[in-house]
Amino acid sequence: MTKEIRLLSTSAILGYGFPEASLKAGMDRQPHVIGVDGGSVDPGPHYLGSGKPFCSPIAIRRDLRLMLNAAVRANIPLVIGTSGGAGGAPHLDLVAGMAREIAAEDGLHFKMALIQAEQDKASVKRRVAAGRVHPLARQPALTAEIVDRSTRIVGMMGPEPFIEALDAGAGVVLAGRASDPASWAAAAIRAGLPPAPAWYAGKMLECGATPSIPKGHDCLFVTVREDHMECEPTNPARRCTPLSIANHSLHENSSPIHHIEPGGMLDTSDCRFDAVSDRAVRISGMRWNPASQYTVKLEGVELAGYRSICVCGTRDPLLIGRLDNFIASVRAEVATKAAAFGASPDSYQLGIRIYGTDGVMGAREPLRDATPHELGFVLEVVSQQSQEMASAVLGMARTNMLHTDFPGRLCREGNMAFPFSPSDIEVGPVYRFSVYHVAELDDPAEPFPIHYETL
Amino acid sequence: MALIKDVAKVCKSKNAGPFELTIDVVFDTAEMFNRVKATGVLCPALFARLYDVPEEYVLFTPYDAAFAFKATFPRLVPAGDFGDTDVYGCQQHAPLLDVDLPI
Repeated sequence: MTKEIRLLSTSAILGYGFPEASLKAGMDRQPHVIGVDGGSVDPGPHYLGSGKPFCSPIAIRRDLRLMLNAAVRANIPLVIGTSGGAGGAPHLDLVAGMAREIAAEDGLHFKMALIQAEQDKASVKRRVAAGRVHPLARQPALTAEIVDRSTRIVGMMGPEPFIEALDAGAGVVLAGRASDPASWAAAAIRAGLPPAPAWYAGKMLECGATPSIPKGHDCLFVTVREDHMECEPTNPARRCTPLSIANHSLHENSSPIHHIEPGGMLDTSDCRFDAVSDRAVRISGMRWNPASQYTVKLEGVELAGYRSICVCGTRDPLLIGRLDNFIASVRAEVATKAAAFGASPDSYQLGIRIYGTDGVMGAREPLRDATPHELGFVLEVVSQQSQEMASAVLGMARTNMLHTDFPGRLCREGNMAFPFSPSDIEVGPVYRFSVYHVAELDDPAEPFPIHYETL
Repeated sequence: MALIKDVAKVCKSKNAGPFELTIDVVFDTAEMFNRVKATGVLCPALFARLYDVPEEYVLFTPYDAAFAFKATFPRLVPAGDFGDTDVYGCQQHAPLLDVDLPI
């Protein structure tokens, strides 16, 4: 009999939701493993820095409960990578805590593996000192100072820690930051299938039903065999087509043909996408080139300040006609008044985002000279001093946007419409990416310790 | 002549990590893909001009298997840094829509 493994992914991220009927339809096809990706770097640096989840705990709990019940009752493993959105220690703790509560409430019993991905600063500095950390995407070399300044650093694990946890008999594997396809590649490689279709399967499964049309957050069923894999959404309202699969093969990667992963490179130059039905697609022709040196990506963020924002808009054509001068006047007034209460110009950044001219594309906007009938503004202040100071400077910016005079002004009661009271919002600490590097490893599992517990 | 928005099936942008933006243009037949490819209009210089980046920073890959073209280049501002306008990078495709293809 042909060797195959069947894998069921419930959605693109734990907490995005999926129809219960899609999960049932997938379970009816007797998958060997069920799972979901828990997060992404895509929502930006905030979640890794703050330790907060990307999806709401209420939404995560709903998805997790359905998946735990399905997996435990069918006696198949449940595997989740990048738990809690960013995959740091607090994110993994949150999801692990939920799993414990759901197990107690629903009478489920299983062995749970928790794979940590948060890296202590001393170990990262040792790797840097040994010359075994290299920058990605034209970033500067990593230094001990950058590591010390960082709020939190995670390593992006490959399949090896998942394989170790599954070999140890874990029924539920919750991992911190992981390469998105790694948990799925682990399941297929562990079943004795070659890395090329295993990794490709992961690339499809990590986004749930995203490779199907109509695109949506739903379940995807993948069958991996020796030299190909097949993709099919479990919801009859969706289907995979060669175009939908080809489109997804381009998702969030810099090259469509060379996909760098821990331990090697997936080469998709010669892939074929063939319809096997009007809803399922077979992908073949992928190759795996093992790397001479095993590497994992490191991601880290540092505190950039504290942000306060305010939303407003104008419908005044006289103001819109001379906006550049007006904004310059407001900036000058804010600088003077903020300095007077102790916010020096180099201690904060004032952003005045203008929706209607270049709010979406910034300096890359080619149509910035169009004249709209109304403009929306997002005022923001990031203070390096404190949240309180960010709000103080923002208040000054808001007042001056509202009341600053300009030549020819008729709207003498105010320049801006504010949709909310209060108008000003404290956003909290702001983070920026500080670490985006790869670390060479001798043992792919070494930075990712596994803790087991029986529920 | 034909505008990309009239002949492509997909024209999209997205982050490829926090420091890079990637843009995909996908066609639904090999015939259309090859006609577009033969024009040479989709090339690193086009992306360098539309997005104001040095041409040598544009990684441009035609992907025959998917009838697709991909271009990857640095973001204007890293995702989430002060001044970033598009954390996911998914609304940076518009300048391509009106590119005219001599097909």
